[in-house]
Amino acid sequence: MRDVRHGAARLLVVDDNKVNRLLLARNLELQGHSVALAENGRVALEMLRRESFDLLLLDIEMPEMDGFQVLEQLAKDLHLRDLPVIVTSSLEGIDNVVRCIELGAEDYLTKPVNPVLLKARIGASLEKKRLRDQQKELVRRFATPEVAQDLQESGFALGGKRVRASVLFSDIRDFTPLAESQPPEETIDLLNTYYTLMFDAISTHGGVVTHIAGDGLMAIFGAPLPLPDHCASAVRAALEMIELVEMFSRERAAAGKPQIRIGIGIASGEMVAGYAGTNERATYTCIGDTVNLAARLEAHTKVARRAILIDGTTRTALGERVMVEPLGPVPFKGKAAAVDVFAIDPSQKR
Amino acid sequence: MTQPTIDSATFDELKETAGAEFVNELVDTFLAEAPLMLADLRSALAAGDADRFRRAAHSLKSNSHTFGALALGALARELELTGLDHALKAGTQRLDALALEYSRVAAALTELRHA
Repeated sequence: MRDVRHGAARLLVVDDNKVNRLLLARNLELQGHSVALAENGRVALEMLRRESFDLLLLDIEMPEMDGFQVLEQLAKDLHLRDLPVIVTSSLEGIDNVVRCIELGAEDYLTKPVNPVLLKARIGASLEKKRLRDQQKELVRRFATPEVAQDLQESGFALGGKRVRASVLFSDIRDFTPLAESQPPEETIDLLNTYYTLMFDAISTHGGVVTHIAGDGLMAIFGAPLPLPDHCASAVRAALEMIELVEMFSRERAAAGKPQIRIGIGIASGEMVAGYAGTNERATYTCIGDTVNLAARLEAHTKVARRAILIDGTTRTALGERVMVEPLGPVPFKGKAAAVDVFAIDPSQKR
Repeated sequence: MTQPTIDSATFDELKETAGAEFVNELVDTFLAEAPLMLADLRSALAAGDADRFRRAAHSLKSNSHTFGALALGALARELELTGLDHALKAGTQRLDALALEYSRVAAALTELRHA
């Protein structure tokens, strides 16, 4: 996307009338923008789908496909629905203005368009677009692609829906003494490398990291987008995480630095996935007994002295694909009955 | 009719914002396009094509306002808003009036273009 902060933008002018088209283009070029022209809605849509524009100036009364139809098509198009549209028309009647705004147009200017007003409206629209692009970039950076896509498609709403998924918790063993034994800069470096590796292993297998805190992380497999074999995906991700940490740890040892190890807990079942927080600040998360159990299993890896622990539901879904060691029932805090726990030997081939 | 064929304030402002040379080209474009719109109005009337009739009148109105051709714009606007049915009842009378006013506009614009 071009940087439109300094005013120059690429605009598309759609008008079936040649005089209008040329005059509008002239005014826009005098304002420093680069302009492309289309003579009706159908041609405009083709150009919009082929090339990238910052803003559309749209006439309403046109043959083949009129401006109302263009607005309807844009609203339906995931890639084009955020494109700012300023309607320039000599159609009379407030109902036409209302209809354009309702269909998603940002503004409505009556022809002949006053160049000063045009400049102000385009400036405002481009500024709004810049803020929206910035926001999207922030979402992209701080949310996973899946969450960003879910946000873009369904919009943001607090509250969740019931899903069947697997939850994975992981953290670094004995991280606190390690962090205390080295300068904080080195710890940040360590965490950055560690998270890069973990994100890679998780997303390769279709998981989504929803929380990172200190040295721990939580990932979901099966939400916001459904994942058919989410139990096996979570376990495969866990095996890859262990393998990557072992490689990383060997590199650290070679450089004379302390080795690291991680513990992973996985549980599967029904949970509520969605946005929790306030309208101003919220995170995508999963909530439910399954999530609590995964956290308990991760904590229990220290007691059981195993790298990966899973619950019965995950174990059943794996079938014979992965070698599993039953550890018997374990009483967990907050659970009425003891829970069957299984360990996965990370040395087996994925 | 007391108003001038071309409102000079509108035309001067157009020249000032878009540039005199560009406006000359724009006048040429209009003088080439407008006869097509007039022809379109007649053939849409003959064919009973209400959409085409309305669009042609709308286009002519829009361009007339751009150049300050206020009387022509008013005639075209009336055709746009009252539509084909009304024009059918009136026969070609109103289209003839429109064509006459256009010939005045064309002459005035041609003069301004060479001024």
